[in-house]
Amino acid sequence: MRYLPLTPTDRRDMLGVVGAKSVDELFRDVPASARLPGKVAGLPDHLGELEVERAFQDYAAKNVSPSTAPFFIGAGAYRHHVPSTVDYMIQRGEFLTSYTPYQPEITQGTLQYLFEFQTQVSLLTGMEVANASMYDGSTGASEAVLMANRITRRAKALISGGLHPHYRSIIETTAHWQGYSAVAGKVDPEGLEDLIAQVDKETSCVVVQNPSFFGHVRDFAKLAEACRVAGALLIVVVTEVVSLGLIKPPGEMGADIVVCEGQSIGNGLGFGGPYVGLFATRDKYVRQMPGRLVGETFDADGKRGFVLTLSTREQHIRREKATSNICTNAGLCALAFTVHMTLLGEAGFRRLAELNHAKASELADRVAAVPGVTLLNDSFFNEFTVRLPKPAAPVVEALADKRILGGVPVSRLIPNDPSVEDLLLLAATETATEAGMGPLIAGLKEVL
Amino acid sequence: MVQSLDRSQGRAGGLAADASAAPATFTGNRALQIEEPLIFEMGQPGRCGVDLPEPPKVKDRLNGLKRAGEIGLPGLSEPQVVQHYTRLSQKNYAIDMGVYPLGSCTMKHNPRINEKVARLPGIGDLHPLQPVSTVQGALELIDRLAHWLKALTGMPAVAMSPAAGAHGEMCGMMAIAAALEARGERVRRKVVLAPESAHGTNPATAAALGFTVKPIPANERGRVDLAALKAALGPDVAAIMLTNPNTCGLFESEIVEISKAVHDAGAFFYCDGANFNAIVGRVRPGDLGVDCMHINLHKTFSTPHGGGGPGAGPVVLSAALAPYAPYPWIVKDGDKWRVAEDGAAVDGKPLGRLKAFHGQMGMFTRALSYIMSHGADGLKQVAEDAVLSANYVMASLQDVMTPAFEGPCMHEALFDDSFLKDTGVSTLDFAKAMIDEGYHPMTMYFPLVVHGAMLIEPTESQAKEDLDLFIAALRSLAERAKSGTAEEEFKAAPRFAPRRRLDETLAARKPVLRWRPSNNPPEGDPMKQAAE
Repeated sequence: MRYLPLTPTDRRDMLGVVGAKSVDELFRDVPASARLPGKVAGLPDHLGELEVERAFQDYAAKNVSPSTAPFFIGAGAYRHHVPSTVDYMIQRGEFLTSYTPYQPEITQGTLQYLFEFQTQVSLLTGMEVANASMYDGSTGASEAVLMANRITRRAKALISGGLHPHYRSIIETTAHWQGYSAVAGKVDPEGLEDLIAQVDKETSCVVVQNPSFFGHVRDFAKLAEACRVAGALLIVVVTEVVSLGLIKPPGEMGADIVVCEGQSIGNGLGFGGPYVGLFATRDKYVRQMPGRLVGETFDADGKRGFVLTLSTREQHIRREKATSNICTNAGLCALAFTVHMTLLGEAGFRRLAELNHAKASELADRVAAVPGVTLLNDSFFNEFTVRLPKPAAPVVEALADKRILGGVPVSRLIPNDPSVEDLLLLAATETATEAGMGPLIAGLKEVL
Repeated sequence: MVQSLDRSQGRAGGLAADASAAPATFTGNRALQIEEPLIFEMGQPGRCGVDLPEPPKVKDRLNGLKRAGEIGLPGLSEPQVVQHYTRLSQKNYAIDMGVYPLGSCTMKHNPRINEKVARLPGIGDLHPLQPVSTVQGALELIDRLAHWLKALTGMPAVAMSPAAGAHGEMCGMMAIAAALEARGERVRRKVVLAPESAHGTNPATAAALGFTVKPIPANERGRVDLAALKAALGPDVAAIMLTNPNTCGLFESEIVEISKAVHDAGAFFYCDGANFNAIVGRVRPGDLGVDCMHINLHKTFSTPHGGGGPGAGPVVLSAALAPYAPYPWIVKDGDKWRVAEDGAAVDGKPLGRLKAFHGQMGMFTRALSYIMSHGADGLKQVAEDAVLSANYVMASLQDVMTPAFEGPCMHEALFDDSFLKDTGVSTLDFAKAMIDEGYHPMTMYFPLVVHGAMLIEPTESQAKEDLDLFIAALRSLAERAKSGTAEEEFKAAPRFAPRRRLDETLAARKPVLRWRPSNNPPEGDPMKQAAE
């Protein structure tokens, strides 16, 4: 087996040093009833690299990749061009096969890029401080609610009807099993929701999304003020981080915690994961933050260096009193994010955002011109909602039959709600071309 | 703020002599070790590492919320970016460089075929919400990995969506809470038992779900004290959380009695699967009476650790817990795969949703590739070689270091610090001296139940001659420490790493968690000093 260096001679010699006649002796603490007589039954034996690669090509051949079809799907995961440098860098073995930087003297590479990542996230969100990443945006949003509950010592979260339904579902699941309350607002396809009247003295936090799940761009400054008066925190979720190149950042609207899905920068679609959660807040709340943090310090020679810090919040020190049970984060995806963001820089990131907005504007106008289709958004970034003259799910299936990946029917994420049955979410990024938009518009005209 | 030649960034300045006694260099560099500024100290307006077309002029539809002012991101060209991250990479130790014996973390070889197949466009470039008719191969792939995980653990069901081991723990303990709720016992059963040697995530998870954590002591053999466990079991106990093999690197030899006692008391057995590498392909946790166990795909199944993630933590479930698995579920109807994405769409009582979309697909792909490469025969050999290698390390060092417990051990060898008694050298000093010898240190000071713990996990990936050199290096260090003349040398270690010991107290007392223009006044600039 190509991955196993020990030879039969090595094994015999090593057993001699250990003083065991066979490897079975080393497993003698396993109860006899649980010792398998041989290998696990009913499973195939090892394969060469060629056979493994073929097997995966077979899986791949049964899928329709967006690289081969007109593609306009978003809803929390976005297809962008990732520069070649990014994927090369994250495959360097020194990054790929290192672990959490527990020994800072020999992991300054990881620690420095995480420090740079934390700085980039702070700047993008307009917040004071950010951590070294979360699993993804969706789990990060749930951790943000727990953090707000700790800070306010309250137990009622108010969830916007414009929040991604998966995110809402995770918060509700956590609320149920961890014993707090999550009150969800009515589903808000029109982007007209006003939560201010519902914020009261029991509210720990309000969770909103910008742009909303349905694509609307909202100003939360008044809501932030209402939260401040009531002693609640405002959590702003951003599922399309590229929008921060063009839209006023949550920090400037008065957010207390900002959670972003960072997938769009540096990380491919990957059928849903792994992604990278960005998590930022105000300095005064840093000790209630979940996740790893990297800080600057100096070594014995006075040279600048970086270490994991404030770990007294964390499970390996605080055990049952920890701020979160999180241990691993999304290190390599954070590296992909930070390399891509460094390539973009100020000018590139802003231009990328403008291109996305321009492509989506074009798509919105063309889709809205299809007979029977109504655009619900006055405002959007690179994604919007349209009402079709019939249920959206079969329309999307009919488009798929034509090898067009034409958006997400809202009913897939909000099932059993007749009011959203006809709604379709469409996204366009800088990757959209006429070669894709043309067939989509033609396909819609045929199918509707 | 732009200091393209300031590679020192130190308070002491670029020409300060350091304690390794070699002469200082002008740049602060040491041949292949290049001092590297932050990107924020390198950027120039007007530079950019991408070429994007000019956007067409359109009226913006942003509800009047266009971003005003600079974000503050630096501008770098592509070659600068490549050099920056390459130089940073050279300050890291990694599995690709040698023995990485970090106990409890299973730092084994990461095959590159796994990276290649994860990047096939038909796998890596798929949207999770594409129509299911266009992702049949992806769903089949997930189900195939699920099949292997169930077969290898002897368990009937698996929840695939948890994002990491700790997330899997949360999933498993929620499933237990759900089963208790269904029995009407959730209010009554508020206690979770966990050995004192448990990973910190175990008590953190249980406490988050409102359970009270009661520690169970270990016996003198490093195992759960069965009598103490039985005494603690009562009608108020919800579950035990137990790692097996345990964090001392030992198999819980009374595991069958433990699971029977736990079940007799009406409680559940959560197994922390962090150490599955010791038994994979050789022992099935299902045969030990486990109700649920998370599997760290980045440990046992070699998905890259990536500097701290991403991981993946599927949870295998017994028949009693299977109905509570969180959605999504991958279901086969006839010859078609579908994803059941909400509670109404599954035949069970799912506990809810834990993650957006369908789980860590990229990790699933790599893990399945690793599993298929090994097969049932190779995985059994993995466990055997991992256990043999750990025992070899322990046996080879037992005369100069002090094993914490009598062997045989499983896949990791645990030493305490009694061999360092009266030498003035601590476990930390010993670990830092290993860095100068070219090794990543072992896990230190964990488990907490052993004084000055050193937990060495060689894994199955090291050749015997590399293990022999590693053993000889540790032997030399132990002898030097015990000679009584090397205390200063150990305290000064590491001397040859990119950085010497870092002031962690300063970092925590005055946290500097991001770059700001005023963080680091430009001092110690070699060009400036040369001019003076």
